[in-house]
Amino acid sequence: MNIHHHISDELLFDYANGALEEGWSLAVATHLALCPSCRKRLAAMEAAGGAIFEAIEVEPASASKEDFSWEAMRARIDNAAPVREVPAAKVVSARDGVLVPEPLRSYIGGDVDKVKWKPLGLGAYHYPIKTSDEDISVRLLRIPAGKPVPEHTHGGRELTLVLKGSFSDVSGRFGPGDFEETDETVDHQPIADPGEDCICLAVTDAPLKFKSRIVRMIQPLLGI
Amino acid sequence: MISAKVRVRKLEKTVKEPDKEELSACLLAVGARKDIQAFEVLFRHFGPKIRAFMLKRGGNRQQAEELMQETMMMIWNKAALFDPARGSVSSWIFTVARNVRIDAFRKTNRPEFDPNDPAFVPDAEPAADDVYQAGQEADRLRGALVKLPPEQADLLRLSFYEEISHSAIAERMNLPLGTVKSRIRLAFSRLREILGDAA
Ligand SMILES: [Zn+2]
Repeated sequence: MNIHHHISDELLFDYANGALEEGWSLAVATHLALCPSCRKRLAAMEAAGGAIFEAIEVEPASASKEDFSWEAMRARIDNAAPVREVPAAKVVSARDGVLVPEPLRSYIGGDVDKVKWKPLGLGAYHYPIKTSDEDISVRLLRIPAGKPVPEHTHGGRELTLVLKGSFSDVSGRFGPGDFEETDETVDHQPIADPGEDCICLAVTDAPLKFKSRIVRMIQPLLGI
Repeated sequence: MISAKVRVRKLEKTVKEPDKEELSACLLAVGARKDIQAFEVLFRHFGPKIRAFMLKRGGNRQQAEELMQETMMMIWNKAALFDPARGSVSSWIFTVARNVRIDAFRKTNRPEFDPNDPAFVPDAEPAADDVYQAGQEADRLRGALVKLPPEQADLLRLSFYEEISHSAIAERMNLPLGTVKSRIRLAFSRLREILGDAA
């Protein structure tokens, strides 16, 4: 995989320190599954986290309190049911040419060919993904080859991870594994490259507000 | 009986604090054969730190104690996953404590990649001296953290201790978002330089 667009330091840092919500984390973690170089950057951040954690100041506790705590821990271990081996995830063979890595695959219940697409109009489709945050929209998008994603603006951050095909916009060309991070300061017009449909994971702060009049008219009907 | 045991332990404790090689060996021993004595060394070293880490996120002492025990239980169960070639004991324990804390305070998922997944793209070439190198890197990193400009080091500490996003930090410290972003970028490009990583 030839990845050219990576996760920014500040976003990866939010993921490393645990502050990033589920929807954004899904895009970040799925890119990480495809990108050894971002994993290396994450490891460096977690190493910094470890060093900072190691330096944490501890108020002195009485030895008897620490002994009491340890005895409680021992009792807990003695009483714990033996840990069941974590059952392996649904077996997928690499031969099947799996396209979507974990953690995303579990969220969509299989590979992209299993997705039950919903029409978005103008030949585009989407598949909404449920996470624990109502105000973060997470979904797969399928844009027909050579066609634009309906022009849109949005209220905050937008993350896009390409899974199949490619698109281009002012920031360049984005192919499989590439990660795009934009915000309200960027008015971009992604266009799927000719040849094949572009499938990507799109995570946004708020529902996309499509500028196109037709789409705006049907937006309430589609609930997007 | 118990008091005798305790006395011996106190004696050992005053003798010396375990260094990072010992801690690493202890975690490996727990992973390989559920070695309870090795686990006790880890518990007595990291328990108080984990408790303090939990308290930084809020809650009371009793909850911090409970979450510390939860984290140590997780360490007991998952120690076999620790790979000294991929990072130090404290980074590994930090990530376990971080995940327990997210679970407890936010009740949300933190999606993670799965190295055993067939669609996972593995690292290019594993270096020969990984364990040795990881240890060296941890030392260099600690040294480099101390030398970061205070405004960068403070930002890193605050984020790791309190689990807050860079945009929340900008609000809290009353700084432009761009300033916070550039401090994060400067800090990590410096740290990566120290680690000898061109990325
Ligand atoms: Zn990357």
